[in-house]
Amino acid sequence: MMFAFITITIFVCMVMIMIRLFAGPTLYDRVLSLNTFGTCTVLFIGTVGLLFGRPDFLDIALLYALINFVGTIAVLKFFRYRRIGDAPEIPETPDIEASQ
Amino acid sequence: MELTVTLLLFFALVGTAVAIALVRNLFAVVMLSGVTSLLSALLFIVMDAVDVAFTEAAVGAGISSVLMLGTIALTARHEKAPKRISLVPLAVVSLTGMVLIYGTLDMPNFGAKDSPVQTHVGPDYLQRTPEEIKVPNIVTAVLASFRSWDTLGEVTVVFTAGLGVILLLSGLGRRRRRGRGPS
Repeated sequence: MMFAFITITIFVCMVMIMIRLFAGPTLYDRVLSLNTFGTCTVLFIGTVGLLFGRPDFLDIALLYALINFVGTIAVLKFFRYRRIGDAPEIPETPDIEASQ
Repeated sequence: MELTVTLLLFFALVGTAVAIALVRNLFAVVMLSGVTSLLSALLFIVMDAVDVAFTEAAVGAGISSVLMLGTIALTARHEKAPKRISLVPLAVVSLTGMVLIYGTLDMPNFGAKDSPVQTHVGPDYLQRTPEEIKVPNIVTAVLASFRSWDTLGEVTVVFTAGLGVILLLSGLGRRRRRGRGPS
């Protein structure tokens, strides 16, 4: 019963995050909501595993946390440098130049 | 309980799909498609297909979001609003969906014991794996021993594809740098 309640609560959180993702005025709202949605997915996998009596889902939830972290870093790096791979050869804004 | 969770996830999936169709900001569309693949990964996990779910999360939420962001950087950030509502694509999509649902009507129920998946070669693998292969995981035994030629072929294909991509990308970078002159 307790795990069912927690699962429903996490699902309600996910729906609210999706509303923010849909409506979010700025870019960073959306990036942050995607990251939070990934965290909720990790929690959801954990509670669903315990709810269905299969707690071996927990290590899979850890893998999802890793994917979520790497994905968010990739998206933020993209927003910063406008490309995915190498750092820019020609700095476009002065503060990038200062940091290099 | 499992049915409730599945239904909730499916409703969330439909809501995300409608949101993707409505939103005109393409960054939001990319983020929402990441949410879609996380939701489908959760559905796969509820159906006990953990490896499929993991692939879905890594490819759908990880790689393809990054690739779509790269596409946005090369093209435009906003989708143009449609001038008129075109009904033909909607009809085609609805028809295809109905045909697909009709195709599932013949299928055995999820997890049914008398489905061909469970009665054809599955019991044979389950019986022979502990004596012949001596690996605790049946899926590993099937992939690495019973179907090892198939797996070797797949690995060769993936290796060749990766090699080709690496060769193409490295050649492009060198040519660009040479075009810009000495630096």
